Amino acid sequence: MSLDHSFIGRSYPPTAPYQVGREKIREFATAIGATDPAHHDPEAARALGHPDVVAPPTFPVVLTMAANRQLIEDPALGLDYSRVVHGDQRFAYTRPVVAGDELVCVNTVEGVTSRGGHEFVTTRTDVKTTAGEPVVTAWMKLVVRGEA
Amino acid sequence: MELPTQTFRVTRADLVRYAGASGDFNPIHWSDRLATKVGLPGVIAHGMFTMALVGRALTTWAGSADAVVDLGVRFTRPVVVPDDDEGTEIVVSAVVREVTEAGLTRLDITASCHGEKVLSQARATLRTAR
Repeated sequence: MSLDHSFIGRSYPPTAPYQVGREKIREFATAIGATDPAHHDPEAARALGHPDVVAPPTFPVVLTMAANRQLIEDPALGLDYSRVVHGDQRFAYTRPVVAGDELVCVNTVEGVTSRGGHEFVTTRTDVKTTAGEPVVTAWMKLVVRGEA
Repeated sequence: MELPTQTFRVTRADLVRYAGASGDFNPIHWSDRLATKVGLPGVIAHGMFTMALVGRALTTWAGSADAVVDLGVRFTRPVVVPDDDEGTEIVVSAVVREVTEAGLTRLDITASCHGEKVLSQARATLRTAR
């Protein structure tokens, strides 16, 4: 199997808006053991200058992983998900995600390369509010392991 | 400068909780049967769970929940989590690479399990001046 290299630079349509809930942030923070009051208590978050509870740094993966299904399930790109390993992940934040945000993801294929019998797909997901304010950009590199 | 090492215990229950909270229900993170079927030694932690623990270490070092402006890692080795009460441990340490005039602190991060690195190229930028 070989991936379609003409996908480099291609962007997908924006995802449906994701409503960031206060309880979802609390649930995620609790699941990773993050006890900082700013993740749980709106007053503590307001003291830091935020309108509501602040999401932990990797929270955006809840949205971006769901958004990346656009690529993973795109038959034209030809990704065999059973052989996919998560290689790299990066987040660059304009500001933290906070409860009440309504966020839209735009996926772009930044790179498709082959090396040593494996294929690598790098995606960039730009996460903005529905008003167009940039919040965070996520990069993910997937490794498609070659057939042994 | 080296920052104080932080140790996180990880059990199967943590992986189940994380699966639910994150929406990542890949069975290699909860089923030994399916994990071994794809060649893993057993159930492994979500790479994103390890990264989340690094995020916790960062906000603890910074003393603020909103201090992380950039975080990137490469997943190099699976974290095997045995089905017992002890689970395993992930140890996170970091050295300060640079403090910029704009009040940003750049870190090189190490995350290990049983003395072996589970991440590489793990770097973060924290906003340390408000």
